[in-house]
Amino acid sequence: MTKQLHKVCRELLESGKVQVIIGYGQKDRGQPPHPVFITSPEEVEGLVWNDQCVANLTTYLTRKEIRALGKPAIIVKGCDARAIVVLQRESQIDRSAMVVIGMACNGVGEPRLAKCAACDAHVPAHVDITIGEAVSEPVDPERRYNDLNVFMTQSTDERMDYWQDELERCVRCYACRQVCPLCYCERCVADKNRPVRFSTAPTLKGNYAWHITRAFHLAGRCIGCDECTRACPAGINLRLLNLSVARAAENAFGYRAGLDPEAEPVIGSFSTQDKESFIK
Amino acid sequence: MTHKQPHPDPDMTTFEPKIVAYVCNWCTYLGADLAGTNRLEYPPNVRIIRLPCTGRIDFNLIVKAFETGADAVLVSGCHPGDCHYTSGNYHARRRWTLFRELLDTLGIEMDRIHFTWISAAEGRKWQQVITEITEKTRQMGPYLAYKRICRVS
Repeated sequence: MTKQLHKVCRELLESGKVQVIIGYGQKDRGQPPHPVFITSPEEVEGLVWNDQCVANLTTYLTRKEIRALGKPAIIVKGCDARAIVVLQRESQIDRSAMVVIGMACNGVGEPRLAKCAACDAHVPAHVDITIGEAVSEPVDPERRYNDLNVFMTQSTDERMDYWQDELERCVRCYACRQVCPLCYCERCVADKNRPVRFSTAPTLKGNYAWHITRAFHLAGRCIGCDECTRACPAGINLRLLNLSVARAAENAFGYRAGLDPEAEPVIGSFSTQDKESFIK
Repeated sequence: MTHKQPHPDPDMTTFEPKIVAYVCNWCTYLGADLAGTNRLEYPPNVRIIRLPCTGRIDFNLIVKAFETGADAVLVSGCHPGDCHYTSGNYHARRRWTLFRELLDTLGIEMDRIHFTWISAAEGRKWQQVITEITEKTRQMGPYLAYKRICRVS
């Protein structure tokens, strides 16, 4: 697969179809792969592909400094490819001005990431070039929300206690925001100070407001790559918050983010038939 | 803005619930107005905050209400099909469907967040809703869990 990847990338760069390859590099075998930006055909040997390629590189597509490098080709897994669909739907990228290389994937991370257990995108969709073949097993859709379903068996008070312990550790480094491919606002609501929407101090009060805001600004948009959870230096289980909104969108509106480039976003559209059992 | 001080009455002997109501300008606000002009009596525990439309109600406002010491929050606007801006309440309805799930996951007490449709002609419904919410909140007591979040840290 890596050889084929090198070949494809070399051709892309040599033909001038793209100016930069956004991919994974690895210093030595023991270390986790890191993002690399390859601009010349001689450097493509530096690209790697293995089951340690956890990062979602699509977050770089909207970065000014990366855009300045020219037309990109980007290496994605099936889950990451969904971010491109959402970015395209939200007019944040020009899909025709990039090449998306999808890598067939049987799961990443050591141990395997939680998201991989219920992955139904072993072969990426909506990509230009697919490399490799993956073992695709049918996945029970309910398994996607397993962790959340288990969590929700606790009482309201237990959940409250859990999140107080979790959010107490937040230092407001905003790594969750920086790593997220869909948190692309030039000026985040957390940085706006006229007026101040919520406290930016790393106190429990501000942390609640921030994490509610972060999760909800991704409502119907989060594609579940779990990069926020991976990037969090305090190990806060942000995955559960993302899952809760995603599950609600799927259950109530039959919507999953990043599957269909033509689908109306769940927030921003409506149906007069939407259920409203909670409204009196 | 008393959220920084300890609760003045932890025994709840004189607990008066604080209820924040975010209402739309065109229906529920006029409904509340009608309740007033009709001399319908309802508990004075509700703080009405008038906004152009339920579609305008940022979810941060609900969080902010709890941060500043609310024991319950009401969001109310025009009935479906009656929105002054044709679709603001439909957008709001969709948003709250998802937002409630998020708050539920976080362990926020869902019995403290209420949604209603109250038209400009439903002064009596306003009276009933506010009476019900006030009584329910009075029984639940002050929302100490969130007050703790905002104070201890």
